[in-house]
Amino acid sequence: MKYTARIHVTLRPSILDPQGKAVEHAIATLGVQSVRNVRIGKFIELNVEGGSEAEARQRTEEVCRKLLANPVMEDYTVEIQKQ
Amino acid sequence: MRDGKLTFGVVVFPGSNCDHDAYYACKKVLGHEAVFLWHKEADLRGSDVIILPGGFSYGDYLRCGAIARFSPVMREVVRFAHAGGTVVGICNGFQILQEAGLLPGVLLRNASLRFACKYVRLRVENAESRFTSQCGAGDVLAIPIAHGDGNFFTDPDTLQRLEDNRQILFRYCESDGSVTEAANPNGSLANIAGIMNEQGNVMGMMPHPERASDPLTAHTDGQRIFRSIIAWVGEHALVPEETPGR
Repeated sequence: MKYTARIHVTLRPSILDPQGKAVEHAIATLGVQSVRNVRIGKFIELNVEGGSEAEARQRTEEVCRKLLANPVMEDYTVEIQKQ
Repeated sequence: MRDGKLTFGVVVFPGSNCDHDAYYACKKVLGHEAVFLWHKEADLRGSDVIILPGGFSYGDYLRCGAIARFSPVMREVVRFAHAGGTVVGICNGFQILQEAGLLPGVLLRNASLRFACKYVRLRVENAESRFTSQCGAGDVLAIPIAHGDGNFFTDPDTLQRLEDNRQILFRYCESDGSVTEAANPNGSLANIAGIMNEQGNVMGMMPHPERASDPLTAHTDGQRIFRSIIAWVGEHALVPEETPGR
């Protein structure tokens, strides 16, 4: 069966995100005052085949661990949806 | 090694742009042999020292160095490193060594968010490594940096291990050797500019010693790093390939 995996890769909470900080400043400059804690990450979408949703998830997570995220600085979440 | 000359293998990835600088420093400035190693070829061609040069391998896609580590040549580089071979990663090469698991930590985006391209001063923290033996402890080297992602980071336990094992080779410092926040060009943890692995045979550094080697450039302190490697590898070549006349 074919599944679509949607992956978010985000900086771990302990890692400073200077990009997010710069965007936060820009938002304040826009005149919007109530926005805080901007964090910038990556969104990756891919198609994966598997006998079951669990198997598709397992394959996707393996790819995340080995390539898409660097565990020293990043966390990831995986969303699986049947096509 | 041949006639007292080492062979430096300079790996070329798509997007490497300091490969020729490294080749030039090894061959023309220091008078040793150098060969380019195309990343698709899983062959180190008898190199005594491997250099992963600076640049933007694979356009820094995904993360700096993340894709390069899957190149065929990297399997051989990892094998060479595990066998005790001398491996140097400069700038993007440092990032690749971390992604390949040969060095700890990561290099985050510069704290300033700006690409930093300038001369910095480095304090030699450990002058007993194969990469720094021709320096004195506390010596200050003038070597340029050119990077957007050089902000060294690791977890507190790993940092402690780096300190305890004397794996930190260089820290960003002032001209008088004092390690200050003002001298830190990218926000690196503990002003770390260069480290080696626990075994002491793999080094990564963000500054570019190959760009401070030719006497035509403003400084030649980079030569001291190459000369350290040459001295060490020359002395420790375990199995000479040829022993003519003996």
